[in-house]
Amino acid sequence: MAAIIKTEHLTHVYGEGMPDATTALDDINIEIEEGEFVGVIGSTGSGKSTLITHFNGILKPTSGKVYVDSRDIWADPGKIREFRFLVGLVFQYPEYQLFEETVAKDIAFGPRNMGLDEAEIAHRVEVAAQFCGLPAEFMERSPFELSGGQKRRVAIAGVLAMQPRILVLDEPAAGLDPEGRDTILSQIKRFHKETGTTVVLVSHSMEDIAKYADRVLVMDQRKVAMFDTTAHVFAQAPRLLELGLSVPQITQIFLRLREMGLDIDTDVYTMPYAVNKILERAREKGVL
Amino acid sequence: MLRDITIGQHFPGDSIVHRTDPRLKLVLVLAYIILLFTSSNPLGLTLSVLLLGVLYRISRIPLKLILKSLKPIFPIVVFTGVLNLFFIVGEGDPLFRFWIFRIYKDGVVYAIQIAVRVMALIAGTSLLTYTTSPIVLTDAIERLLKPFARLGLPVHELAMMMTIALRFIPLLIEETDKIMNAQKARGAQIDSGNLKQRVTALIPVLIPLFISAFRRADELAMAMECRCYRGGDGRTRLKVLHFAGHDWLALAFCAVCFGIIFCTRFIMPGW
Repeated sequence: MAAIIKTEHLTHVYGEGMPDATTALDDINIEIEEGEFVGVIGSTGSGKSTLITHFNGILKPTSGKVYVDSRDIWADPGKIREFRFLVGLVFQYPEYQLFEETVAKDIAFGPRNMGLDEAEIAHRVEVAAQFCGLPAEFMERSPFELSGGQKRRVAIAGVLAMQPRILVLDEPAAGLDPEGRDTILSQIKRFHKETGTTVVLVSHSMEDIAKYADRVLVMDQRKVAMFDTTAHVFAQAPRLLELGLSVPQITQIFLRLREMGLDIDTDVYTMPYAVNKILERAREKGVL
Repeated sequence: MLRDITIGQHFPGDSIVHRTDPRLKLVLVLAYIILLFTSSNPLGLTLSVLLLGVLYRISRIPLKLILKSLKPIFPIVVFTGVLNLFFIVGEGDPLFRFWIFRIYKDGVVYAIQIAVRVMALIAGTSLLTYTTSPIVLTDAIERLLKPFARLGLPVHELAMMMTIALRFIPLLIEETDKIMNAQKARGAQIDSGNLKQRVTALIPVLIPLFISAFRRADELAMAMECRCYRGGDGRTRLKVLHFAGHDWLALAFCAVCFGIIFCTRFIMPGW
């Protein structure tokens, strides 16, 4: 299968030609397959946000190429808007972009910019709102009356309503309480499963990445440090710690058990898998 | 990009011009402006420009910056110059005659005089803003206006408002950038289309921007209250302005120069 997003020697320099020019991305070569759920981790300033804002052409590469659906997105700068609809990008704290009088109108902003007819817009708004768990009585209320977590979901629905083929989210759960986090992330996961949309999720929470991602992209110092399946990435705990990151708590427990002399696999990163592993071992030893 | 906009155009440095007390610089700039208008004879103007050149030289501000500060007023200078050139009717024969246009010697001289005066004025005030950070400048304004506080002028409040406004400019620029990107990601066309389309395209940017500005103002007010801010009464400063030895030197130097320039009035009367 052809990669849905592909970067070739992607480099970005902020303030090029100025004395304070800083390289934010250095020779990034990655491929993301259609239908994947990719997690992006990396310490602050590693280039995660800069990288994802290249996917829909908000930032233009200083050098190198970005391909979406096998097309160079900057081949014709006049057509860059097409890629904005193809790659839905949810920025950090997206609730600050809300502006319309009602929730429904705000969610409709993206589809309306696509030039769809009213019936289609209304349908898309409904579907997006439903995915984000927004009850029907919210639709005619002002987005500014809602709580922080609800506003966040309205903003995400605003991007979902464009029905992008790739959904990119920059820390969609930042600053929410644990319940809000789980709600939003599981809604995204459900959207991913039911529509087959490719999802790229940036997060600082190893637990979240471990729970949802198929593959993990690790950024460090403006470069790609690792890009592998979730199990392989979290099996390399020492390397992750070196990069100023961590591994999920459950992986930490297994690493510690191994250190204590237990012969156990350490590619464990989710709770159900861990429980299975332990039961398996227990059965082998005849404890159970 | 929006973030390239600089306001206050401060050019940090460590020259004596930079270190001079901001109150003194402010007063001297005012005096310089008055001088430009009271001693606008050729000799006086030449000396004024020369003095400015020397000060710029001392402050080590690149020539490019001076030109940059003059650029926006250049059309005005040309416009007034041209008007003066054609509309001043002088004595004697015109230098140039074409259809209904007549150019007299007085017109040429006056046009040059106005142009030099305006450019010196801008370059002079720019020297102040280049060598003084906006915050320090506000501080100086507050100190200079202090006597008026007795007359009921809310001097401290005005200065605080200026400081906050200056502090918020870069923040709001950053915020605008973020919001514009978020709306662009939803397909908003901000930098294309006709005038009406562009104006309507601004609404999705301006509304969130206003909301965030109010929110920030609220948060700032709360943070100030938490630190027991209660206006200017009895408030002490972290950086107290001192009138030091080199300030007296700068004052003396400028006083002598200004004096000489002022006296050119009497050497070349009738201007």
